[in-house]
Amino acid sequence: MKYLCLVYSNEQLLHDSPQSPEDAECHAYAEQVAQSGRMLAAEALQGVATATTVRLRAGQVLISDGPFAETKEQLAGFYLIEARDLNEALQLAAGIPAARVGCVEVRPVRQLAV
Amino acid sequence: MPLLQPVADFSKQLELLYQQHSRQVLATLIRLLGDFDRAEDALQEAFSVALAQWPQSGTPESPVAWLISTGRFKAIDKMRRQRRFVADGDAMLAQFVDEQAEGFEMQQDSQLWSDDYLRLVFTCCHPALSIEAQLALTLREVCGLTTEQIARAFLQSTSTIAQRIVRAKQKIKAATIPYQVPASDQLAPRLQAVHKVIYLLFNEGYSADLIQPSADEALPKIDLAQQAIDMAKQLLALQFDTESCGLLALLLLQHARQAARFTTAGQLILLPEQDRSRWDQALIAEGVSKVETALSSGRIGPYSLQAAIAAIHNESPDSASTDWPQIHALYQLLYRVEPTPVVALNQLVAMSMCEGPAAALLQLPPLLQDATLAQYHLLYAVAADFHRQLGHHDEAIDFYRQALKLATSSADQQFLQQRLCALSEVKNAEHNAL
Repeated sequence: MKYLCLVYSNEQLLHDSPQSPEDAECHAYAEQVAQSGRMLAAEALQGVATATTVRLRAGQVLISDGPFAETKEQLAGFYLIEARDLNEALQLAAGIPAARVGCVEVRPVRQLAV
Repeated sequence: MPLLQPVADFSKQLELLYQQHSRQVLATLIRLLGDFDRAEDALQEAFSVALAQWPQSGTPESPVAWLISTGRFKAIDKMRRQRRFVADGDAMLAQFVDEQAEGFEMQQDSQLWSDDYLRLVFTCCHPALSIEAQLALTLREVCGLTTEQIARAFLQSTSTIAQRIVRAKQKIKAATIPYQVPASDQLAPRLQAVHKVIYLLFNEGYSADLIQPSADEALPKIDLAQQAIDMAKQLLALQFDTESCGLLALLLLQHARQAARFTTAGQLILLPEQDRSRWDQALIAEGVSKVETALSSGRIGPYSLQAAIAAIHNESPDSASTDWPQIHALYQLLYRVEPTPVVALNQLVAMSMCEGPAAALLQLPPLLQDATLAQYHLLYAVAADFHRQLGHHDEAIDFYRQALKLATSSADQQFLQQRLCALSEVKNAEHNAL
């Protein structure tokens, strides 16, 4: 079986509480899982302020600033892509068939500071 | 080159140069330095070096090339001094210095420069930024207004606008929004986004006039409408596009009526009642010629059609002799390319001018049911006006009251209040006559 583990957190809490994880700790755990042979892919994301949401309606690509925030819809899948810049990423995102009925939030990956 | 003297004239000349070329210098520096803030610092440095050197050395042959080259040099110099304090300082610096070692020389390259200006426009109007951020960033970077001026134009605090601009720049960097003119298959929707920003700026200027005809005498007025027109002209000059042309035409034709839009007390005057001798004929001629170019040059879009409608109004001596059937036909075309309830409402008003208010009233119910128009004060004002013309005073009064509740600008409110008063008087007079 493959499993997707999604990390949710209040952004402030994620970085500013005494319990907040350091990048080095995150990196070490990911390494540990990798060495056990069970890691497929893992990335940290940049903050929600960098998010862009893409929809395709009536053949038109609709791009909007900000994260996807609609509690009535559920996460249905993910793509981890390599793109030259946001324009290319948005173009690929708009091509995901589910963008016709749902939406795709595009967020840059963050390099851990280790 | 002649030496520049006296100094007073020189600083005036530099100010003019700043107005005319600072955006171009900035646009190119952003490409060369890969960063908005670094480019802005470099721009300021380049102008202060010019201020210090040119009075002695004379103005260089190509001032723009000189400013770009000096700004770039200053920025590299600064990075060199700072590299120890920046995480990837050495790598960053190497990227710029390599270029220099290869004999980088700033040539006057007008094609490259105009591309840089377009890169700046498309980046500031990128749809991944919120529309508020696009407007603020465009005014700051493309139009060169200060944060204080933008805040004043939007009636917002300086810190709100400053924060909006900082966040937009952070997103550009963090999400890697490229400094690019979109590829041809992406150009149409991206150009639409730019048109939208220009049109919103123009409208913002228009409604700002309503709110603050002379709000603060001590401060010079920020003419957003003129900024929008200048930007539309620049865009069209760099890259011909039917809708860019239609948009410019529309702005010119609307702006031509500016002097006739208010009473001396600052009250709004609607189109049919405006003193048409106060319309700017030179702007009308310019606008009409742009409409003709747009309509004969390709796929006609919403801006070109709205401009064509505006042109018919502007060329009519009064409301009665306006070619309403043609305006009605143009609205029908407009509805085909842009099927929104607001266009449908306008089409209905044009129809009422051709076939009378009774016929138009019959088609109003679906719009009154439309959720997207529920908070739109003009819907109720139009309904009220149809009823008023038909002598249905009670219905008219009800609809004017609804419109008044939703109207936000004081000029609109005053206008609706006047209509209400006039109707009450008519009603009382009829009541007394019975």
